[in-house]
Amino acid sequence: MNIVVFLKMVPDVVEELKISDDGKNLDSDWLRMKLNECDEHAIEEAIILKEKFGGTVTVVGLDAPEIDEAFFIALAKGADKVVRISCEWAETRSPGIALLYSRYLKDFFVMDNQTLILSGSQAIDDLEGEMVYYLAEILNLPVFGVITHVEFDSAKNSVSLVKEFSGGIRGEFETELPAVLGIQAAEHPPRYIPIAKIRNIMKTASIEEIEIPPDGVPSGIEISGLFEPEALGKAEMIEGSNDEITQRIIDIFTEKGII
Amino acid sequence: MKNSILVLVEHFQGAVADITYEMLGAGRKIADSLNVPLHAVVLGKGLNEFYSRFGIADSIVTVEDDRLNMAAPGMTADVIKNIFLLKEASYIFLGGTNITSGVGPSLSARLSLPLVNFCKNLRIEEGKLVVTSQLFGGKILSDTILSDGKGIISVYPGSFPAENGKVVKTPVIEDTTMPALQYKSSFIKFIEPEPGDVDITKENILISVGRGIETSDNIGIAEDLMEVIGGAIAASRPVIDQGWLPLSRQVGKSGMIVKPKLYFALGISGAPEHVEGMKDSELIIAINKDSTAPIFNIAHYGICADLQDIIPLLTDKLKLKK
Repeated sequence: MNIVVFLKMVPDVVEELKISDDGKNLDSDWLRMKLNECDEHAIEEAIILKEKFGGTVTVVGLDAPEIDEAFFIALAKGADKVVRISCEWAETRSPGIALLYSRYLKDFFVMDNQTLILSGSQAIDDLEGEMVYYLAEILNLPVFGVITHVEFDSAKNSVSLVKEFSGGIRGEFETELPAVLGIQAAEHPPRYIPIAKIRNIMKTASIEEIEIPPDGVPSGIEISGLFEPEALGKAEMIEGSNDEITQRIIDIFTEKGII
Repeated sequence: MKNSILVLVEHFQGAVADITYEMLGAGRKIADSLNVPLHAVVLGKGLNEFYSRFGIADSIVTVEDDRLNMAAPGMTADVIKNIFLLKEASYIFLGGTNITSGVGPSLSARLSLPLVNFCKNLRIEEGKLVVTSQLFGGKILSDTILSDGKGIISVYPGSFPAENGKVVKTPVIEDTTMPALQYKSSFIKFIEPEPGDVDITKENILISVGRGIETSDNIGIAEDLMEVIGGAIAASRPVIDQGWLPLSRQVGKSGMIVKPKLYFALGISGAPEHVEGMKDSELIIAINKDSTAPIFNIAHYGICADLQDIIPLLTDKLKLKK
């Protein structure tokens, strides 16, 4: 199989988020970026598939702070090639990113009937995992999201996949390759790689660099403003020493008949 | 008549989901203020018995083809595209759920129309639809104007009252045909959840752990508390994805919807996908180190502290009390 994994760096929401002065973006000075969590699972699923069925794994991302670290970790896990795309383009929304990635696949990658394209099924700023669907649409390929398991059938050049619905119910689908999949969770959690191994990779590995010229995408939407949700003020905050806090919890438990 | 609003009826395994009525109720209001008709779109076979519940719509547009009961998003998008053009629609509302996921962006690409998702609220301003969405794990809201007066809106479940969309009356039914297209993928079968050790939807007390639990060993802190107050251990998605607890314990969008007497959220930030599964619990107590964690917006009681300082102490005190 020839697997391509597309990455996305996202703001770490554990940090405080500040709205920029124009009120339409997040203040980038305050943002700490990290690899989208579902993308870590997409890398893991790619490596699992490579181990099971052979082939190559290419990991591709847009130039962003901290992305090189994600690349080196991917190589340490077993990716064969990492590619950093630079583009003089401020477009960060999913349709625009999908357009850039489609250009990578058209101009810099040879797709065949054993090609599987993976990315995270959602991101903190790509809530429905739209990117994979826009990408599939540009390339006219079948697409599924919220995937938690993939099996390759080499005789049919197809994959069977498991998609999550709700209430723990899942569905099995089959699709021809090439296809695009949004991975929600890999078959097993992303493997741990010792720092020493990553350091070694950093010394020897190289990141392929590609430049793609900018191009506009019509959007038809206008963000008129971002704002922080009004605190509903619903939670009564329990404050004090640890002793006081635990005593208050016990009182609430007693009051509500929990104990 | 020019312009109309469509609502995609969401159904799964032969039942109509509440999000359908939420969208029908909200869609009716928008349709009335724009003075355009509202159409309910029903895709799939064997759903006739539900038609009489969509009386709030002016008409029902159907495509009765069994492939649409569980279709790949591309197939559903093709069918809706036809209906969108046929009804000269300006907006379509879709459920922001795992059942419909992918239809919105696929349709957006096919119709070259903008998609706004995670819609929590809607209003009309100067004749244009303004959509309020929830972003960044519920920490930021955004207002988006659909400036061309057309678009696809994915509505987050629980945003509108379902009761407002329930009107018993059978509207006009218009049956349309399935486009003759070839698809490269197919649905094989449902996989039902493996019977878990416990059914968390039936427990009175849930002690639920999130990313803030930090390590799998720390789940022991929650288990110790459970030994004293009873109930079961549940979890949010990151804990399940780490393989620390089985899928049967997951609360939220893909997991279970729970309504226990006590939902004790330990180190759970309260991302919308999780909140969807537990917001109707009778008593919610949340502990989190992050004072801005959205879980505090829905909890009844909040504690901004390190759970490792509080929970073992609480367990010890409760043990002494016994």
